Amino acid sequence: MERIPILRMGQFLLVTIQVDMHDRLAVQLQDDLTEKISECSSRGVLIDISTLEIVDSFIGRMLANIAAMARVLDAETVVVGMQPAVAITLVELGMSLTGVRTALNVETGMELLYELRGDFHSENGG
Amino acid sequence: MKSAKQETVPIATSSDVVLARQKVRQWAIEMKFSLVDQTKLVTAASELARNALEHGKGGHMMIEQVENAIKSGLKLVFEDLGPGISDIEAALRDGFTTGGGMGLGLGGSKRLVNDFQIESEPGKGTRVTVVRWK
Repeated sequence: MERIPILRMGQFLLVTIQVDMHDRLAVQLQDDLTEKISECSSRGVLIDISTLEIVDSFIGRMLANIAAMARVLDAETVVVGMQPAVAITLVELGMSLTGVRTALNVETGMELLYELRGDFHSENGG
Repeated sequence: MKSAKQETVPIATSSDVVLARQKVRQWAIEMKFSLVDQTKLVTAASELARNALEHGKGGHMMIEQVENAIKSGLKLVFEDLGPGISDIEAALRDGFTTGGGMGLGLGGSKRLVNDFQIESEPGKGTRVTVVRWK
C-alpha cells in the first residue's frame, strides 16, 4: 500500500509530503506518525508541505490532529513551507490551523523544534 | 452565459477526488487564472467533490468554461444522487456537520468562489454549482 515516508533524525521525525494525497493516504500518515513518535520516543515532528498545491479542510484537519496527538505523546509539531496562495485560501476557507506551529522553511522549522525542546545546543552535540 | 467547452468526470472513490482536483487545476491554468485563484478553485473543488462522495454516495463533476459580456469564468457543477440536504441553511453554516469533518466544506467553498448555488431535494440528491470569474 502507498505510504508517505517518515524519516528519523535523532530525536525528531521528518515528513515531506510530495504527492497529491487522497484522504485515505492522509489518514494513514496520521496513524503512521503517531505510531512512530511512540516507537522512537521522538520529541518533535517536522512536516514539510512546500510542494502541496492545496490544503483543504481535510488535510488541515489532519495537520491539526497530528499536532494534537503528538502533543499528547510529548512531542512538538512544526508545519513548514506553506505556499502563500495556499495560506490565503486556507484562511478564506475558514481554517487558521489554531494549535499548529508553523515556520517558513525547514531550517527555521528545525530551529523552532530545538527551541521548543529547550535544548538548543544539542544541535551539534546530538 | 455561453459556454465554450465542457467535460465531466466521475466521483466514485477518494482517488477520483484527487483526479477532480487535478482536472480543475488543468483547466484553471489553461484559462490563465492567477495562482491564488487557481488554488481557491482547486480547494473549493476538493471540498465539494468530497461532499459528493461522502454525503452523496458519489456522483460526478462537470467543468465548463463560461463567458458573459465582459469576462470568462470556470464553472463547476457537482451532482450526486445521495440522500439530499434537508436544511440547506444549516449545512452552509460554518461548523455544521453530520459527518466527522470540520463543517467547513460548503460554507468554506462558498467563500472561495464568486457564484454559489445549491439545489437539493431530500431523497433525490444534491447539485452544487459554482463559478469563479477571472
